[in-house]
Amino acid sequence: MDILQTVDLERRVGAAVLLNKVSLSVEKGEIFTIIGPTGAGKTTLLRLINLLERPSAGDIYFNGEKITDPSINAIHVRRRMAMVFQKPAVFNNTVYENVAYPLKVRGCHGKAARSDVYELLDIIGLGGYAKRKARTLSGGEAQRVALARAVVIKPDLLLLDEPTANLDPETVKMIERLVMQFNRERGLTVIMSTHDMQQAQRVAGRVGVLMKGQMAQVGKPGDIFYSPDNARIAGFVGMRNLLKGSIVRSESGIAVVDVNGRDIEAVSDLPPGTAVEIYIRPEEVVLSKSASDSSARNNLRCIIRSLTSNGPLCTVIVDCGFPLEVLITERSAVELELSQGQEVYASFKASAVRVLPPMTR
Amino acid sequence: MQEIWQALVQAVNLIISLDPEVIQISLRSLYISAASILIAALFCIPIGALIHFHDFKGKRAVINVVQTFYSLPTVVVGLFVFLFISRSGPLGGFELMFTPAAIVIGQVILIMPMLTGMTIGALSGVDKAIRDTALSSGASTTQAMRAILFEAKFAVVGLLILGFGRAISEVGAALMLGGNIRGYTRVLTTAISLETQRGDLVLSLALGIILIGIAMVVSVIMNILLQRY
Repeated sequence: MDILQTVDLERRVGAAVLLNKVSLSVEKGEIFTIIGPTGAGKTTLLRLINLLERPSAGDIYFNGEKITDPSINAIHVRRRMAMVFQKPAVFNNTVYENVAYPLKVRGCHGKAARSDVYELLDIIGLGGYAKRKARTLSGGEAQRVALARAVVIKPDLLLLDEPTANLDPETVKMIERLVMQFNRERGLTVIMSTHDMQQAQRVAGRVGVLMKGQMAQVGKPGDIFYSPDNARIAGFVGMRNLLKGSIVRSESGIAVVDVNGRDIEAVSDLPPGTAVEIYIRPEEVVLSKSASDSSARNNLRCIIRSLTSNGPLCTVIVDCGFPLEVLITERSAVELELSQGQEVYASFKASAVRVLPPMTR
Repeated sequence: MQEIWQALVQAVNLIISLDPEVIQISLRSLYISAASILIAALFCIPIGALIHFHDFKGKRAVINVVQTFYSLPTVVVGLFVFLFISRSGPLGGFELMFTPAAIVIGQVILIMPMLTGMTIGALSGVDKAIRDTALSSGASTTQAMRAILFEAKFAVVGLLILGFGRAISEVGAALMLGGNIRGYTRVLTTAISLETQRGDLVLSLALGIILIGIAMVVSVIMNILLQRY
């Protein structure tokens, strides 16, 4: 069941289009992540859902109710949601008062409310901090307080706007763990925005890619990371080896793509003559000293331009008439005795090449 | 310079000996100005909040006008109120002229622009994220305003002290509207002005020292309360 739906949602400020016809469905109980570069409209989308801003066009349905209807009282809608903002904002009060604030504005005082707050403080690891002034907390602690304040009312929907931006890795991990824990144990539906692709991969059930105000692709993290719909998304999610070319021939699902004069075989049904972009995942390329070592369809002779070691892995840039980035283990780099200027063979399967249709601009 | 030392000694003497007239004048100053600041705050903080929280055409102009009236001369306020409450004025029937109430009216008008303008300033100083957080936490508009006012509490208390200071230290309105009637409308500032004209500089200075002492005590008490809540 969809807990939230947006239909052709638009937000314009003056001449600027912040959101352009965003249609989105979020299922009850899932963690939905919105990724996109800075300025893509992630914050705007979340603020519209929380009714902090009003759309210029389009509608939002929450629990089946059209909440963008002018006759709907924003407070009643907001009281079934909660939001955590990118910059942790705490009231100049004690930690306890901060977490209890949503209960207070709803008129919940009693013992049950108190024990809820204390229980949450324990869960977020700030058990002994109840009486502390919230302003004296670190950024990470303040964001945990903000998270506790959001979930204390057991909302139907939790909105998180880049909740871990600018936080240290330890706190990022902790906040991700808490969000997943609340989702699992309380069945809390979460919509979280982030510009960190790996974070989306870690926590999300589904991911929506928001680019320039448009929802460019929605799918499981794997779908987006391994088969992005177009080159722009591929570029954003960190795809290397994005190459321009055109299909020269095509036979039983295998296309030959001409990239800078080199033929690359790829799995594609597109007809010859189509201008395409392809990308080759760096970790699916194997380097070897002779062409015969591999049974892969693509075997390109090339020259090593650079070697960069980063711990257990090694990034090798080779020149095959076009630059190709290859990710191999440090161990195999040592075994192959790779060095700059050396001639090697780069091999990869036709299925390791993803062909993207021409970019729609 | 001899006078200053003598004045200090006399001020201490007047306080220690609980000189009934000085005590009475001081208390009257205190309650008239306290009444003024409370009444003004009652109007100005909500008005300031209303202006801050609503976007309307000419908002900037309204704020500019309000700020211009920070420098309202006390005697002009005195004259203005005088025209209204004197026997031939539109409010003459209430017979407010030369009463403590008349001084309160004058002082309220005097400090209203400052209190309103500075409330707007204090609220603008609160991070916008506080408003979003309050609303998103389920607060009504009124509850969100209260949350923002709470965040601005140091600034708000500061401007209350400032307003009180302007009220208790002004002499124009108190003299023109109160009339410096002994035992009725005589306050510290009008007494200082009278004693100076009479040539009793030491008594004037002593009263001045007491006035500053009151301002200090009020400020300290407010700050202690602020720390506690």
